[in-house]
Amino acid sequence: MSEAMDLPLGDPGGETTHAGTEVLMAARDVRKLFPVAREGLFGQRDYVHAVDGVSLDVRRGETLGLVGETGCGKSTLARCLSRLYELTEGTIEFDGQDITNLSRRRLRPVRREVQMIFQDPYGSLNPRRRVGSIIGDPFVIHGIDSRQDRKRQVQSLMERVGLNPEHYNRFPADFSGGQRQRIGVARALALHPKLVICDEPVSALDVSIQAQILNLLSDLQDDFGLTYVFISHDLSVVRHVSDRVAVMYLGKIMEISASEDLFTTTRHPYTRALLSALPTPDPDEADSRERIVLVGDVPSPVHPPSGCRFHPRCPKARSHCVEAVPPLEQVFDDLPSHRTACFYPLAIGEDLSQSVPQLGAGESEIVSSDGAEES
Amino acid sequence: MSDVPPVGVGAGVDSATPSQGPAGGPGAETSTGIEGRSPWVLAWQRLRHDRVAMISLVVICLIGLVAIIAPLFASVTGHPPNQQYRGPGALSPEGLPAHPSSAFWLGTDDLGRDILVRIAYGSRISLLVGVVATGMTVAIGVVVGLAAGYLGGIVDTVLARLVDVVLSVPFLLVAVALVSITGASLTITILVIGFFSWASVARIVRGQVLSLREREFVEAARSLGASDRRIMFVDVLPNVLAPVIVYATLLIPVVIVVQATLSFLGLGLPPPTADWGGMISESVQYYTVAWWFVFFPGAALLITTLAFNLFGDGVRDAFDPRTDRLIGQK
Repeated sequence: MSEAMDLPLGDPGGETTHAGTEVLMAARDVRKLFPVAREGLFGQRDYVHAVDGVSLDVRRGETLGLVGETGCGKSTLARCLSRLYELTEGTIEFDGQDITNLSRRRLRPVRREVQMIFQDPYGSLNPRRRVGSIIGDPFVIHGIDSRQDRKRQVQSLMERVGLNPEHYNRFPADFSGGQRQRIGVARALALHPKLVICDEPVSALDVSIQAQILNLLSDLQDDFGLTYVFISHDLSVVRHVSDRVAVMYLGKIMEISASEDLFTTTRHPYTRALLSALPTPDPDEADSRERIVLVGDVPSPVHPPSGCRFHPRCPKARSHCVEAVPPLEQVFDDLPSHRTACFYPLAIGEDLSQSVPQLGAGESEIVSSDGAEES
Repeated sequence: MSDVPPVGVGAGVDSATPSQGPAGGPGAETSTGIEGRSPWVLAWQRLRHDRVAMISLVVICLIGLVAIIAPLFASVTGHPPNQQYRGPGALSPEGLPAHPSSAFWLGTDDLGRDILVRIAYGSRISLLVGVVATGMTVAIGVVVGLAAGYLGGIVDTVLARLVDVVLSVPFLLVAVALVSITGASLTITILVIGFFSWASVARIVRGQVLSLREREFVEAARSLGASDRRIMFVDVLPNVLAPVIVYATLLIPVVIVVQATLSFLGLGLPPPTADWGGMISESVQYYTVAWWFVFFPGAALLITTLAFNLFGDGVRDAFDPRTDRLIGQK
């Protein structure tokens, strides 16, 4: 994608957050398509456009939040960044090294540096293996430390993440969901990685446990100088943990900015719609505030809408949005770190719920006929 | 140490643990030891409460013991297994097999040999073939199934077709042909059985691996940089072992019967060797006049296969947590 290639690599200047500006991981125009079964013998081969041209930088020491609805491609992007999936297109640089096409063997040192924490604390731990051996896996795989050292290391890790080190010989089934997620955290941190990709690490947990795991993650970030890519569909969680936030919709980044900036000067109509759906503890405020109810479902990523991905559901969409893809760029007088992919971004104070859809219902149906009708 | 408190139920229960001591008793609930109970231990505990399975296990052990101490039978009775006796007590005046008597406890066969001693020696062949051929079957089947299921793609296509081919070969015809070319021997019997039974194990394993491959813990291992071989044997294999073990215990009696069948058809071991299938085969001409000749070897075969089958059922129930309540009701 041309608009993505134009991005400056380092994104210099304008960064006001505490995190450094040195780029640890840079993704350029990452694209991941999954083939779907073709219809009939001679039917055209279709693809799910899970990630469709994403470029972003992860800076050393920061937490980059990645939000979006279910199926918007955030988990796929995470697996592309950690090279669990082969990219269809694009490049990924880690610590100055292009890791896009590294062979398995050459990738092993990178695996030490980039770790993942998974969403499902039940599925991500092997039920037939003891916790000590699960957490010790990274040491064994990378041939680090002798057997005695390993046990000591694992136990100090367990203690560090808030587990009883005497539970070394227990099985995952003996632990609660939150404790299991701590095991997953310990495993990810075993080799002191530089980057940890957290794929919805708290989404499967009880709310009271979520806070504990989030606090643990932030403590560990301070202690080990970690960089996080933090994926979630929960905006309030992302707001709490992230320095910068990227909003994804149908495989594309809609808006990216410093965390507070995104919540105070929201530019993209989709981001605004997401924010308006956040629950508010105060019922009076909840009644009076702007509510944007998006019409229709998320279109199928097999035949994504033309132009701006969001146009079939956007209250501000005009015919231009159907024809051209809006580039991810600075709008109005925003900071250079705040980029929005929208031709008609929201001004501060603009009430989106008052916007009258510019695309007629009929027109909107025609342009999205191969997309919206699919699902 | 972090100031984050331990989560959930762990804290309260665990702090009490060290003082609890080793006396857990048979009740599963009282055990809160630091050592987690592995799924194997849990299965064994369920199995221990299954009376039929435990009786079968005892019977299997007894048969194993008989196989080991078979020479003792020979020395106690004073009859080597292949020694042919003439004269009264060993053969009737007409030259027919003799009744069970104080000298020959289970009678004699048509050549005046001691049936009891020959059954004891025959159990060696049956168990040896049963265990070795099953082991070979499982080893081949697990490796092929793991490779096909985990590696997928062209490997899977080739191996899956191979499985189909092996499963569609008429076993007995090929066995007869093979033995007539190479001559009958213990090795060829084991090889023939092993070669024709691994395919179904491979199918079971492949199916399990296909679903396990998509689990997150496999993805986690890959993101740690584990090799394919390590993932296959360290992460995936322990999760398919339970069904494989169940299948193997149920395969042993089948293999024993197949071996007896081959012997019965004259494709087993060369004649003087004592083996159950061969004994039954020799007895067919005499069953009207000498019931013991066919009855005792047949009973030995029946008891052995029955014990393995019942034990296999118990093992299957023990590995299936849904049968918990059924066992509890007994």
